[in-house]
Amino acid sequence: MLNMIPQLIIGLTNLVAAFLLLYGLKRMSSPVTAPSGIFVAGIGMLVAILASFLFVFGVTAAAKPHLSMNILLAVIGLVVGGGAAWWSGKKVAMTAMPQMVALYNGMGGGAAGAIAAVELFGDKPHGAVQLIVTLLGALIGAVSLSGSLIAWAKLQGILNQPLRFHGQQVFNGIVLLLTVLVGVTLVFYTQLPEHAVISMPALICVFFALALLSGVLMTLPIGGADMPVVISIYNAFTGLAVGLEGFVLQNPALMIAGMVVGAAGLLLTLLMAKAMNRSVSNVLFTNFGEAKAKKQGAIKGSLKPVDAGDAGIFMRYASKVIIVPGYGLAVAQGQQKLYEFVKLLQTKGVDVKFAVHPVAGRMPGQMDVLLAEAGVPYDLIFQLEDINDDFATTDVVMVIGANDVVNPAARTDKASPIYGMPILNADKAKKVYVLKRGEGKGYAGIVNLLFYADNCEMVYGDAQASLIKMIEAVRGLGAA
Amino acid sequence: MEFQTAISGFLALYIFMLAAFTGWVIIGRVPAILHTPLMSGSNFVHGIVVVGGLFALLNASTTIEQIIGFFAVLLGAGNVAGGYAVTERMLAMFQTSEQGKAQAKHPAHGKPHPAKKV
Repeated sequence: MLNMIPQLIIGLTNLVAAFLLLYGLKRMSSPVTAPSGIFVAGIGMLVAILASFLFVFGVTAAAKPHLSMNILLAVIGLVVGGGAAWWSGKKVAMTAMPQMVALYNGMGGGAAGAIAAVELFGDKPHGAVQLIVTLLGALIGAVSLSGSLIAWAKLQGILNQPLRFHGQQVFNGIVLLLTVLVGVTLVFYTQLPEHAVISMPALICVFFALALLSGVLMTLPIGGADMPVVISIYNAFTGLAVGLEGFVLQNPALMIAGMVVGAAGLLLTLLMAKAMNRSVSNVLFTNFGEAKAKKQGAIKGSLKPVDAGDAGIFMRYASKVIIVPGYGLAVAQGQQKLYEFVKLLQTKGVDVKFAVHPVAGRMPGQMDVLLAEAGVPYDLIFQLEDINDDFATTDVVMVIGANDVVNPAARTDKASPIYGMPILNADKAKKVYVLKRGEGKGYAGIVNLLFYADNCEMVYGDAQASLIKMIEAVRGLGAA
Repeated sequence: MEFQTAISGFLALYIFMLAAFTGWVIIGRVPAILHTPLMSGSNFVHGIVVVGGLFALLNASTTIEQIIGFFAVLLGAGNVAGGYAVTERMLAMFQTSEQGKAQAKHPAHGKPHPAKKV
């Protein structure tokens, strides 16, 4: 009965940990309480991890001889894995956040898959239900691992082009079906009285290989601008896998935390998809931009380039300015200079606001984080539905590195692939400046009618360089 | 285990259902501005998988189990530490105009430092 006390402590700490994780997540849902929320959740996690070492008092007889080695491995794993991730998480630039979240998320999925592998190779799951849940968690975890790694590679710029080939969806479907079939075979054979007919370890390896391949294949055809949805869905996947493995290990803390994240991630995914006016399956299974509208309405007007300095001076004498940031701002690392320019305008009495589209950037809310990094107070940042009516009464809109989210074709052109997507009504302002690297098209490969409108002028060049020119021009005015 | 009755069948489904509902409700009212930190935060929360990894590793009895269990702990620890570091950095940056004015004396060059709140 001596091992009752460690079990009691583990049970209680896991209960406390589950509560703190949920409470922390709740606090994270408001900007005011959010910083304390992550701290609360962190305490919960720390308590749960430390208490896990009490598992040593309840190990199985077979594992007893290996115990000291296992403890050593556990400590090394925690220190090396945790240390490396902590260091990279602290060091990475704010603009690289989406890929880091994808990477850490993949690690979680991998951990869930690895737990399933230990259970399977050790022949531990009892009965068909437990085995099925183990395999399901393994499949989802493995898909999340390999899929997140591909997403990371894409965001990091290692993989540049979405890989698409003829009959891709059929091929992906077959691979996924094969994975499930191997899983079913595994379940079937373990239920036979003597299941040494086929080599189980080999079959388990095939199962994991196919599952990992599925994740890779699923993510390869998805393009950069759909990454918010992809990261979000793999986050939900990992949560689900963790919850399922929690059931296998009979650990309610894992079940609860995993499933909470699974549901939250799913909701977030749906919100993202809704902001793009597309369904989740459309994002995952349709090669967006492939079927381009062949005939586009004749374009009226022309592209009118303008000097950055002139644009800056024009804004200084405006009374209301709205800034629409996009992924291009992140690429150019222009957020600090942008806020410097905005502060300069504010001292001259210009009313400046930021308008953020829900899917601007490569991760849900990436622009909010980017602007926050530069020190922009969040009460200056407005979301689509809160600001869209203001554009009509605005003097100048400055669009920085955003394209499809301000394309009026989404409202008017039924043939356009983005038709029906809610957009920021930048075109309704009196004057629009577009900061853009060159004359290229947006991610969707659609001509942006806004750029050709009479009230729109283009500032070509690197966003950061253009903003510096604007700052200098406005400062020059003050001196003169 | 003397203190844990087996979680099986419908009991597990009830736990899953209530947890899923909780997650849905918590995220449902979040302003879009917090979507990134919250996704990163929930990413941290599923790092609890490291506890399962530790359980699997400590109960490992063969070399292959030890190797895979080690990776479970390694990856899970990465999930936890990375998720926390990234989320904390992001959340520390959010501030209102008033807070911004109070901190304006410290120019925000380089790494933003988490604002200590009482």
